[in-house]
Formats: sequence, structure tokens, C-alpha cells
Amino acid sequence: MGLLTFKGGIHPPDRKELTKDKPIAEARPPRTVAIPLSQHIGAPCKPVVTIGQDVKKGEMIGEPGGFVSAAVHSSVSGKVIATGEFPNVMGRMVPSIVIENDGKEEWTILKDNPDYANLSSDELKEKIKAAGIVGLGGAAFPTIVKLSPPKEKPIDTVIINGAECEPYLTVDYRLMLEKPHEIIEGLKVLMKVFGINKGFVGIENNKPEAIKAMGKATRERQDVEIVIHALEVKYPQGAEKMLIKAITGREVPARGLPMDVGVVVQNVSTTFAIYEAVRYGKPLIDRVITVTGEGVRESKNLLIKIGTLISQLIEECGGLQDSTGKIIAGGPMMGFALSSLDMPVTKGTSGILVLPEDKVIHTEEFGPCIRCGRCIDVCPMGLMPSMLSIYSEKGFYEGSKEYNLWDCFECGSCAYICPSKRPIVQFIRLAKSLTKP
Amino acid sequence: MKKNTVIVSVSPHIMSEETVSHIMWTVSLSLFPAFVMAVYFFGPRALFVTALCIISSILSEYFVQKAMKKKITISDGSAFLTGLLLGLNLPASLWSLNPFTIHVPIIGSFVAIVITKQLFGGLGYNIFNPALIGRVFLMASWPRAMTIWNEPTAAFVAFDAKTTATPLGILKEEGIGRLIEVFGDKVNLYTQLLIGHRSGSIGETSIIALLIGAAFLLYKRYITWHIPASFLGTVAVLAWIFGGKGTCLFTGDPLLHLLSGGLILGAFFMATDYVTCPSVKTGQILFGIGCGALTMLIRLKGGYPEGVMFAILLMNCFTPLIDRTIRSKVFGAIKVKTK
Ligand code: SF4
Ligand code: SF4
Repeated sequence: MGLLTFKGGIHPPDRKELTKDKPIAEARPPRTVAIPLSQHIGAPCKPVVTIGQDVKKGEMIGEPGGFVSAAVHSSVSGKVIATGEFPNVMGRMVPSIVIENDGKEEWTILKDNPDYANLSSDELKEKIKAAGIVGLGGAAFPTIVKLSPPKEKPIDTVIINGAECEPYLTVDYRLMLEKPHEIIEGLKVLMKVFGINKGFVGIENNKPEAIKAMGKATRERQDVEIVIHALEVKYPQGAEKMLIKAITGREVPARGLPMDVGVVVQNVSTTFAIYEAVRYGKPLIDRVITVTGEGVRESKNLLIKIGTLISQLIEECGGLQDSTGKIIAGGPMMGFALSSLDMPVTKGTSGILVLPEDKVIHTEEFGPCIRCGRCIDVCPMGLMPSMLSIYSEKGFYEGSKEYNLWDCFECGSCAYICPSKRPIVQFIRLAKSLTKP
Repeated sequence: MKKNTVIVSVSPHIMSEETVSHIMWTVSLSLFPAFVMAVYFFGPRALFVTALCIISSILSEYFVQKAMKKKITISDGSAFLTGLLLGLNLPASLWSLNPFTIHVPIIGSFVAIVITKQLFGGLGYNIFNPALIGRVFLMASWPRAMTIWNEPTAAFVAFDAKTTATPLGILKEEGIGRLIEVFGDKVNLYTQLLIGHRSGSIGETSIIALLIGAAFLLYKRYITWHIPASFLGTVAVLAWIFGGKGTCLFTGDPLLHLLSGGLILGAFFMATDYVTCPSVKTGQILFGIGCGALTMLIRLKGGYPEGVMFAILLMNCFTPLIDRTIRSKVFGAIKVKTK
């Protein structure tokens, strides 16, 4: 049987060998953490602590600022020493709370639920909401919103996204190897939330150990039906719409959401966080990230506290090589290039990638579009990136809407493949910033 | 970090190794077998004419970019490729001192590079295939010199080779019977056409050598099957239906039409030019069918024995239209319309 997949896509070198065999290790406790109040898509949180106040680990420090929002909790025990605007990895200034770690690791009171399997759908959702969980794959969309679709959009399928198609990153891979039972339990919680009894896990075929571990964990749970699907190794296999197409054959309508075809997708890290929230009442205060790239001395998979400064993590990985050219929060295809290391890791940061200078492409030297059509062939959304880039380059921003500008989710496949090295995603973002959908 | 600068730019942060110049040089390389066979059959003249085209194309590009104060891009290989393709589309007889016609390739290169390509905005912006415009210009300006076809001799020193008509010329003027007579028998006709032992443009004759290059490009995915297959398929079908004697339908010889003229060179190496063909696959199939139909219209009904290059140029005109009407299928688009 052929592997499941979608149309289009690219095959960048995956470079996962740098960290795939490194077990998740706990990072050194930070001296201070800077926790942004807006780590998610949606309304920022309202701070509920003031300077000088003592906080416990896991205590809420920011309450949701609306329906599309997620609570923020302290990742350390200690004292609030500052509040104010600090830069985040996307280069914007966001209100944040700085806490000095007293090193005591004192937890606030968490509510343990050994019999979480008997909770109702609403009770489960309440716990997920209280834990401030957002999508940990990068988009950081509040999970509770995904779990509360309107009535006219019934959900009949839950998919766990284990594709991890971004090169270099091995967060979900390590979690699947080390915590397969917890992830399966998390999936069961999600199935319970929607009252359905069939779930899927999609894993790219270059992770046979993960497929094996998850399969084994599944077989030990005979009570529900969970299917593990091996997917073709192709970027962006882990994009929600592509994953849904590969596994269910359903095509999410253009500009639509997975719920429009009755599907909810959660990535592996998020599912693990959901399990911890429901089982132990633990809020989302830490996550696993991959610190990697040829530009850092020792690549690692680290369990880090949200708010830890990137500079500290780099230091823990032996520091930067002399030839550092670019530092990226996230993966090489969709991550953000950083201008400074003094930024905190947030819920949505799945990796820190350091590329040496000789791997950095100087896109300012790009050439004209030779109309080779490669970008069209690889665009998973079936767009014509060549036209989008030409229209934007010439300033016809409105005209680029004719070529479905707003269907682009900036996966970068087009710019990756372009022989003329055209910064297509940059052109697309420019056009998006100057037009309305 | 020794220095204190890092680069900040928009994602993606990694890119494939493929570059425009790599593509151009690889396509040029794929024409090498055909070039070698051409030199074997037509002698040093083939070499000289082609080299002249390549050199004058590169120089044209250099000077026009210099004059227009643009970045000099001769190292990207596109001028080389245009020169090479133009050379392979010319008769070897142009290299002769009597009559004096060696200025012809130079002017053709100038027209290809300066007028067809750079004045339209340079690489990527030209509407027509530069090498083909160059050739058509020469056909219109020096119709006689452009249709003196040397006999293939395989003799390297023969500078005064005999001239003869091309197989398609014979077919048009004297019919299939005479053509078979010239080559002895049918089997020999096909064999000679395959290896390229016939008169014609420098690079078009050796079908085998061209197919080796084409297979290489297909394997490397520098070209896809869409244009060549639809182009050749259309020619074959139309030749079979309408290519017979008189008004008898379905008696034509598709193989003869496939193996002769500049069809293979055109279908694999010229119609597939990225800049001047549609960029969506469905559009490419339509483009190929159009090329095939026009080729056969000219071959069977037109004034010229060969129509491949006119067909491609005519279809080049339609490329913008095809690209505007036939778009790629947007993911999830169908359902949106029904909403
Ligand atoms: S970045 Fe946008 S246009 Fe480019 S391949 Fe991805 S979805 Fe298509
Ligand atoms: S890949 Fe680059 S050169 Fe090719 S069509 Fe797309 S934008 Fe143009």
C-alpha cells in the first residue's frame, strides 16, 4: 500500500539525526523567566499579579482576555520583579511578566484526577481551558476554541499530528518514543470530549521507531479504536489541511477550518499537555523544545520552563559556533529569524535553530522569475506562487488576490524550491499586509 | 559568536540547491550528444556555425546589458543556451565563403538576444522563444542561404559538401515514393532518420542523440512529459489521419513525421522553454496539442515543408492567455463555490 499523502510538497533534507537519539533532558532552572501575556493567537491576557508579589509554580499570572485566549501561569516559584513590554520571537513588543526564580520549585495546589476517564466532556474542557493550553506546533491557537466548535459543525474525527515535517525538529518524535501511553491517553481524552470512538495518529514514515512505539501503546489499550497511519515523508505533511487530506481524504474548503469537515487535529506535544492537564491538573508551564543546528555546539532536546531566555538555552548547549549566521525560533521552513537572544521561549516555540553562515541564503540576490513552474508544482494549496510574487514585486497587491493570496499559509515550499531564489513568502506577506482578505 | 551580526529574514531559512544557471548549463549539456552527431555528419561547418552563434549571443547579452546599465548575467548560461539552440537550428552551409554568409548567424544571435529577450525585459519576461525568433528572422531575410542543406558526409575536411533537399522537402515536393527511393527502402529510411544521416538543420537530424538528451532532462525533471507528449501525440495522430495520399484518411505515416524535420528538437528542447510555455500542467498539454496541430497544418497544407518552429512561436503568443485562463486547482476550492 502506498503511503498516505497530499498533492505537492517538497523534500528538504530533514537533519533530524542531530537530535533524534537524544533523550529529553530537563533544562537547568533559569534565574529569571520573562513570561509574555500574549503567547497565543487571540486576545492577550490580563495580568493578575503585581510587582513584588510572590508566586508559586503553576499559579495563574494572566487571565484569558476573551474567548479566543489562553491563561498564562508562572513556570517557577519566586517573586514578580518587573512587568512591561518585551520583544517576543516574532519581533513584536508584548506585555510580559518577569519573575525571579527562588529555586524552591514550590507548586501551587494542583487537583489530581486519577479517575479522569470518568469526567464528562464539559469537565474535561474546563480543565484544558484552565491549563491555558494552546497548539504547541507553532501556531499557538487556544486549544479550548478548537474543542468548542459551533453546534452545526459536528466533529467525527480526531487526528493526532505526529508528522513533525519541519526539518531539524525532534520534539514530537522524542515524546512519541518516551511518552506513547500518555499521548494515547490524551487522544482518548479528546475523543471523549467529542463523544467519538475512533481516533487517528499520523506519523511520517521516516520515524519508524515512533510508529512502532505508538502502535505498541495503542495495542495495549483495546477499549477504543485508534489507527496509526504512516505518512509519506514530505513537507508540509504536518500542515493541518494536508494531514486531514492524507488521512481522511477530506478537503478542508479554501479559507475554511478543519471543523468544516468534521475534523479536529492536535499535535503530539499539545496532546501530551492535554493529558497532563486532565490527569494532574497541571497548567502549561513547560514544554519540550529542540535546540539544534550546525551552528550550536551541542544539539539537545530540552524540557524547558516557559519564559526561559533563549540565550540561556544556547549556553546550556555549549554556546554558538563562531560561524553563526542565523538564529531561528521554530523550524527552518516556517520559523522566525531572531535579532537577539534575549527573548523568552513561549508556548508556541518548538525549537531554536542555529544555522552557520555558510548555510544562510542571501535572498537579496534573487533573480527574475523564469516561469519554470516548480513553485506551482509544489504549492500544497494549489496556488501560483510565481504570479503572487510577481504581482507583489511590481506593486499590484490587490491583483494578487486574484491568485488566491489569502489561501497561502506561508509554508515556504515555493521559496524553497525556486531556482531563482525569489523570496516568495516575503512578497506574499508584503501583499497580505497591504490588502484585506 | 565572534562577530555581532546575525541575519534576519523572512522564512523559509533553507533553500534547495537548484539555481537558474545550473538549469541552463544542464539543458545545454543535454544537447551535447546531438551536437556531437551534427559535427560528425556535417563536419567542422556545424561546429563553426554553432560556436559563432554561442559567442555572438554571449557578446550581445554582455553589451546590451552594459548599455542598459543592467547587471551582467552572462554566467547564468541562458545566453549560451540561446546561442546553442539557434546554432542547432541553422543549416551548416552558412559557414561557407562562397557565397559569403557567415554574418547570418551573428545577426540571428543579435535578434534573439537583444530584440527578443533583452528589449522585452530580459530573462523571464520575453514572450517568444529567442532562438526561434532569431531563426525566423533569418529565414525571412536570407531565404536562400537558410535553405541550402548540405548532404551529411561524415568527412571532416569536406568543405564543399554537396547540397540536397531535406526529407520533408522531398516529401512535400515529390511524395513518399521518391523519398523511399532516395534512401533505398523503408527500413533504411527510418534507420537513417533515427541516427541522423540526412540533411537538415545542424542539431535536428540525429533523433537518437536528441532522445538521449531528452531522457536525461526528463529523468532530472528539468522538463516533464506534458508538452513533448501532447505535441508529438498530436503530430502522430494528425499525420496518420491526414498524411496519406490524396484524400484517403487514416493512411498517413506517423513515424515518418515524428522522425523528420525539427520536431524532436522542438518538442523536447524548444517548446519546453520555461519562459515561453504555460506554467500549469493542464495549460502545457493544451499548448502541446496546439503546437502539434499547427505543425501538421503547415507541413501538410502550408507553403513550407517544415512547421515546427512557426507552430511553437504561434503558441508562444497564446501562452499568456493560457496562463490566465487555465490556473492550478486551488486546494479546497470546489467546495467553496458550491456554498
Ligand atoms: S508559502 Fe503559500 S504560496 Fe508558497 S507553497 Fe506555501 S502555501 Fe503555496
Ligand atoms: S519557482 Fe521561482 S522561477 Fe520558477 S516559476 Fe516559481 S517563482 Fe518563478
